[in-house]
Amino acid sequence: MIQAVLHPMFGLELAYWQETIIRVLLGLVALLLLTGGAVYLYLFKFVSFMQSRLGPMEAGPYGSMQLLAEVGKWLQKEDIFTEDSDKFIFGIAPAVVLASTFLMFVVIPAGPSAVVADLGTGIYFVLAMSSLSVIGILMAGWASANKYALMGALRAGGQLIAYELPLVLAVLGVVISAGSLNLQDIVAAQSDGAIFGWTGIGNPYILTQIVGFGIFLIAVQAELTQTPFDMPIAESELVAGYQVEYTGIRFLVYFIAEFATAVAFAAVASTLFLGGWQLPGAWGLSDGAMNVIGPLMISTKAVLLVGVVFWVRFSLPRFREDQLQKLAWKVLIPLALANIVVTGVMKVVF
Amino acid sequence: MTAVTDRQKLQYIAAKAADSRVNVELETEGMILNMGPQHPATHGTLRIVAKLDGEQVVAAEPIAGYMHRGYEKLTEVRTYPQITALVNRIDWLGSFANEVPFILASEQLMGIEAPPRAQWIRTLLFEMSRVANLILFLGDMGVQLGAVTPAFFAFRDREFVLDQIEAVTGGRFHPNFDRIGGLKDDLPKGWLAETKNVMNKVRSFCDQIEGLLMNAEVFATRTRGIGVIPADVAMQYGLSGANARASGIDWDLRRDAPFGFVYPELDWKVWTHPDGDSFARFWVRLQEVRESTKMIDQICDGVPGGPIMAKVPRIIKVPAGEAYVTTENPLGEMGFYIVSKGELAPFRVKIRSASFNNVSITPWLLRGVYVPDIITILASLYFILGDIDR
Repeated sequence: MIQAVLHPMFGLELAYWQETIIRVLLGLVALLLLTGGAVYLYLFKFVSFMQSRLGPMEAGPYGSMQLLAEVGKWLQKEDIFTEDSDKFIFGIAPAVVLASTFLMFVVIPAGPSAVVADLGTGIYFVLAMSSLSVIGILMAGWASANKYALMGALRAGGQLIAYELPLVLAVLGVVISAGSLNLQDIVAAQSDGAIFGWTGIGNPYILTQIVGFGIFLIAVQAELTQTPFDMPIAESELVAGYQVEYTGIRFLVYFIAEFATAVAFAAVASTLFLGGWQLPGAWGLSDGAMNVIGPLMISTKAVLLVGVVFWVRFSLPRFREDQLQKLAWKVLIPLALANIVVTGVMKVVF
Repeated sequence: MTAVTDRQKLQYIAAKAADSRVNVELETEGMILNMGPQHPATHGTLRIVAKLDGEQVVAAEPIAGYMHRGYEKLTEVRTYPQITALVNRIDWLGSFANEVPFILASEQLMGIEAPPRAQWIRTLLFEMSRVANLILFLGDMGVQLGAVTPAFFAFRDREFVLDQIEAVTGGRFHPNFDRIGGLKDDLPKGWLAETKNVMNKVRSFCDQIEGLLMNAEVFATRTRGIGVIPADVAMQYGLSGANARASGIDWDLRRDAPFGFVYPELDWKVWTHPDGDSFARFWVRLQEVRESTKMIDQICDGVPGGPIMAKVPRIIKVPAGEAYVTTENPLGEMGFYIVSKGELAPFRVKIRSASFNNVSITPWLLRGVYVPDIITILASLYFILGDIDR
């Protein structure tokens, strides 16, 4: 994409490493912008509307600069390490969590060539990277030398591993339908598909994989440790779980990671189930045009899905640890397995 | 040879012991989790020391007293009219209700009865403080279980009730309005009609909470069968109020001992629940708010005219004697035992506050539950720290 834009305009021929750096920076900026937008739109405004209050109104028009103010506040705060903590592990744990989020975003396509890295095993890479965060969380909990943090981290460990499974199994249905692990292929399979011969809007997998979509959203809610699955950070009992000893910039990193992961998972879900960057019906536009429209499409879809996450988060109470495990192992995983079987049979039949 | 220090010896012994232990078997040991005095779930300064095995509580002990203000002793150096300002601060969410049992006990000692209008308005404000108090419980229970939104609704709608209380008494939180022999002031003009409006808002709040929280599947799984108190245990620990009624004990002082109130003239119902679990305690309180709004509507229609003060001496000296009066306060049974020696100040005042007894059941109740259930149970028992520590 970058070559296609820069070459005709400026006669620039970029080396591979230059192009890679630009791609990575664009990816980072896109993720952070989307995250900031989603936080302002949902965490500040939508939730305030739900709870019959105004939300931030002072910083900027309608409080739109509130997030910048918050970031400024966090950056100024003292970076406290508790006396008994394992300083090195405690210090790098947020970076591990954040890295897992950014790595997830690497393979999500936003256009025919607007992607940081188009891996053949795209979805596999996303799921593997998303489960890295549990290591960061366990590191944080253990290194904090705090009982609440330790309990929170252990709960998070159990929960994230339990919900990895339904997440992967829900994705399998899509992979079987599309016949590929590559996210670009999955997008293409949806836009080239047909609903009983009608090719008007292609065949987004939310129609055939509605069960998988539901399981995916529930599992994402748990992976993000958002209510009703926020037992690891349960603020009314564990105060803040594994984040309890973090202050200042390290807490900010957790905050960004939490919501950036929400955006990343929402982007994955829109790629897998809602047709990704492609317009409904494809419209026959050129690749160059789609490289501009595609990012807007997938951003819109992702931000709408993040809205679902927040909507659920601020409506429901939270599950208890054992009830949450029960839901994963006794309901979601059998359901996901059944979904895979049915998908396989349908794939052979049609 | 260099001298071996004690520290080196100890390190050697510890290293040996650790080595030998690895070869035998892995040992697990319990953990003591200290919840409070500063903890979001104890709404105040209650401290729970829980001995845990994994996430399961082996033993738990509540430690009160971080907020003891010595009101029982303070009353001995205050005149009777001054004491209402103190007892306001016991259960700070339903302040007016604290004054009433004290005033009733004093009136009993002096042989005075408030005029009918004062009794009606007293009942009205008593019920309004119950509504203001329990609304916050209904929202707070959600917060403790992880649902933040109901709390905002609770604070929003409680404000209407507090505005009404403020319009009469001049104080949102601490009215200090009840007097021996009647009330300080009469109702302002147009207040009764506005109160009925507010009660409509409270009723719709109850419906909202029922839809948002009580009918939520997750809420039921978190509260049903959690913290079950059988009726006999509830009686042994002296539980009162909604906690007792949720265990199926059909006992409400408003109906059973309505001395000084107008409850017998109103049409209302005492709600009980047979289960005795956290859900039942929530359910009973929700129904109680609805009953209270109905009562307030009836009182608004039926307040008689007349004076609001009986004839009382200018300087109040209570004749020598003893009196004990209990009332059904928002948190449960509250009693004042007053011993008077005929002076300006009482000789001794003993306050029986509901939360102290309600919390005393926690060591029995918390044994064997999981850590998240501690929060559910504490939230559903509904205590206020001022009411525990006095």
